[in-house]
Amino acid sequence: MNATFIQELRSLVGEGLITSREELRTYECDGLTNFRVVPLAVALPSTAGQVQEVVRLCAQEHVAFVARGSGTGLSGGALPVEGGIVISLARLNRILELDIPNARVTAEPGVINAAVTQRVAPYGYFYAPDPSSQSVCTIGGNVAENSGGAHCLKYGFTTTHVLGLEAVLPDGSLVQLGGASLDVPGYDLPGVFVGSEGTLGIATKVTLRIMKRPEVIQTLLAAFDSTNTAGAAVSDIIASGILPAAIEMMDNLAIQAAEAAVHAGYPDCGGLLLVELDGPAAEVEALMEQVKEKCSKHSASEIRVAQSEAERMVIWKGRRAAFAAMGRISPNYIVQDGVIPRTSLPQVMDEIARLSAVAGLRVANVFHAGDGNLHPLVLYDRRIEGQEHDAEQLSGEILRLCVRVGGSITGEHGVGQEKKMFMSEMFAEPDLQTMQLVRCAFDPDHLSNPGKIFPRTPLCAERQGPYVPHPLEISGKAQFF
Amino acid sequence: MAELKSAKSAQALRAIVVEGVLRQGCLTDAVCCVVPELYAEPAGEAELAQALKFAAEAGMQVAPRGGSTKLSWGTAPQAVDLVVSTAKLNQIIEHAPGDMTITVEAGATIEQVQRALAPHGQRLALDPLWPGNSTVGGVIATNDSGALRLRYGGVRDLIIGITVALPDGTIAKSGGKVVKNVAGYDLPKLMCGALGTLGIITRAVFRLHPLPETSQSLSFSFTNRESANQFMLSITDSIVVPTGLQMRTEASGVVEADVRLEGIAAGVVAQAEIVRRLAGEAKPLEPAGDPWQARERLFETAGSPTICKLSMLPNQLASTAEFVREALSVDAEWSFVTQSTGLCWLRVDAGTQVPGFISSLRSFMAPADGTVVLLEAPGVMRQELDVWGEAGSALPLMKRIKEQFDPHGILNRGRFVGGI
Repeated sequence: MNATFIQELRSLVGEGLITSREELRTYECDGLTNFRVVPLAVALPSTAGQVQEVVRLCAQEHVAFVARGSGTGLSGGALPVEGGIVISLARLNRILELDIPNARVTAEPGVINAAVTQRVAPYGYFYAPDPSSQSVCTIGGNVAENSGGAHCLKYGFTTTHVLGLEAVLPDGSLVQLGGASLDVPGYDLPGVFVGSEGTLGIATKVTLRIMKRPEVIQTLLAAFDSTNTAGAAVSDIIASGILPAAIEMMDNLAIQAAEAAVHAGYPDCGGLLLVELDGPAAEVEALMEQVKEKCSKHSASEIRVAQSEAERMVIWKGRRAAFAAMGRISPNYIVQDGVIPRTSLPQVMDEIARLSAVAGLRVANVFHAGDGNLHPLVLYDRRIEGQEHDAEQLSGEILRLCVRVGGSITGEHGVGQEKKMFMSEMFAEPDLQTMQLVRCAFDPDHLSNPGKIFPRTPLCAERQGPYVPHPLEISGKAQFF
Repeated sequence: MAELKSAKSAQALRAIVVEGVLRQGCLTDAVCCVVPELYAEPAGEAELAQALKFAAEAGMQVAPRGGSTKLSWGTAPQAVDLVVSTAKLNQIIEHAPGDMTITVEAGATIEQVQRALAPHGQRLALDPLWPGNSTVGGVIATNDSGALRLRYGGVRDLIIGITVALPDGTIAKSGGKVVKNVAGYDLPKLMCGALGTLGIITRAVFRLHPLPETSQSLSFSFTNRESANQFMLSITDSIVVPTGLQMRTEASGVVEADVRLEGIAAGVVAQAEIVRRLAGEAKPLEPAGDPWQARERLFETAGSPTICKLSMLPNQLASTAEFVREALSVDAEWSFVTQSTGLCWLRVDAGTQVPGFISSLRSFMAPADGTVVLLEAPGVMRQELDVWGEAGSALPLMKRIKEQFDPHGILNRGRFVGGI
């Protein structure tokens, strides 16, 4: 069957087809490299019509497919499926329409995130979601993962900025979800499609909202003796009613790595804060004074406001390079993406330090401190027997800790392949089964990125039973919502 | 439903709704003019889920209800056997001021939530209609939003977690208590605007925003609609970040625009300066009454109006208003509140012209992605009117979602888009 299937695929996408084992290996994993599966083939359609034909063929032949953008995902969301194909959206890379008066851009899924801002910058606009990989990741990938970034504290996530989508559903039908105007009558389908990690179909066209670039952007760097004192300053800033565009925090290990990699000029300290304010000049200037005061009150040893755009960029470069910089101080590392209620930061940091000591492994911490999104980086050496296993265990412990304090296992990287077993730690079985109802409506045959997000594949005809409380809930340790 | 069957159901329900209220339905319980057989006010989430499960098994048609402020919205259902009210689920479960989140039961009113938050200098940045009566669950189900939408987004952008009771008695949670969370499908968003057709919302979690230090509104009178629309576009294209921006216009020819600025005093003063400059020749004015209540006033003025929610691109406001003027006869009364998000509310008092007018308005707006949804209409006219308009290519998918959540079609059947 494979040979015939490949032949039919070729008739649909012509030279946009990869079948040689050597070339297929490029697609065997995404940014999470410890899971690898070589796909049967990779199709590179150039039009929405071709995407639709390829999906139709998959539906007809019952072949699983995995959509892929730039493959920068960190949870294995674009990991191929054994015996399935990968549909790369790289060739659907056109910005189709700019509508500046209405602040809308319509783009194909393969358009690079940063290209949207580049395109609208001459008009004084920007596209707000800014994952650290924005110079390479695609809009389609951002849609799948509901990508965030440092600035989502103020501006929201990808889902806030996607108004409408044209999508190919797993049965091969092409549908319009939402639209260019708000509140299209009917269910909020863009709301459920964005962040579905490629399990509900493939977006072929995305209508985005762009934002007017603020008059002023100011970035402050403040050095504290520990992440806990830096965290106290963050709480104080937020409590005073200031909503910064971004608040980032790095611990000493992360600072060292970033310095080694990009020489951002960070002070050597226990907890570094990066606070960015934007908006009308008069407002930003007054609020920045308040932020400085709060930092001083919490004994910041150094407070520095970037004096030029170049200086600001260097500060951000260090932060954006933080993950990759870990390579400078450790042969291997696992990035986590847990979220906690911001106020539990001191408790969680102490517990991470304890877990790290028990495991005998270093943990570097980089956070979006404003919204409690932690990125603990568990450092290890794969060459030392058993260390990878210990690192995975520690990483899992940290996620459980996040759930225990009322948080989430993922703030922006997605569940993917990596964290699906942790979904049961966060949600009770009826919750998961209810989510699967959506899957059954979109993809009853489980062809679109099967095996991701959920610990089990649902039987779509099956209806869920009555509510059974989660054990953690019965013991009063947690409430789930 | 036959009387005997109804009596039996009432008896069985009485065994379930033990702590809460169960009574015969009456005229004031009517959903789109359809009077229900029974009315239940379960005492809590578990009782509500059990009542719903019983209703599903007995094949009863159920209409969920919050504060009864929008019971006339949607297509009239064929029949309503049971109204399930969330009136007794009205507790604020947890406000975490440091985390800026709140967990509330669906029956709590918006005003109740705001009252709990204000002493902490926080608010739910949502200004739906009738906050004193409208409930959290009702606002989610109807996706109602006001002028704050421009700056803070709608219900979908503020909700971070939800608990829903499904017809089979399942109580399911999705989302969480943290603002940033991508674990699993985003069911809170799916429930926004679903008009109670997928489940009954029992709880929700929201992200909060600080109350602004100061707030200032500026209003201007324009000689024509096009220049008011241009003024609005020039504001959104400027460095000003308003928390409200709208044009109010009506048959009489009045064209007024309002801008609301919030934040710290220094910022508000500086932005107000820019707003005045952008207003150019337009005449500053003191509007009669709070301009941000204009949307609510459309519903409250006497008469037998048709009221619609329109959605369009922000640069279509003036041309749509002009179309309304041209399409209606000169003696027709109409009043239009248009927000710069493209969401608008139109009130028309024009008798029998209305059905024809609505369909021509839809045809006019469709090419630029505009939509018209009917909210209120005189009873006699309701049968003639298509409340939702064309459902689009995703209707089959929406029906499949409905079938998955509510396989027997007991929740608000026929009241939603495309007969869902």
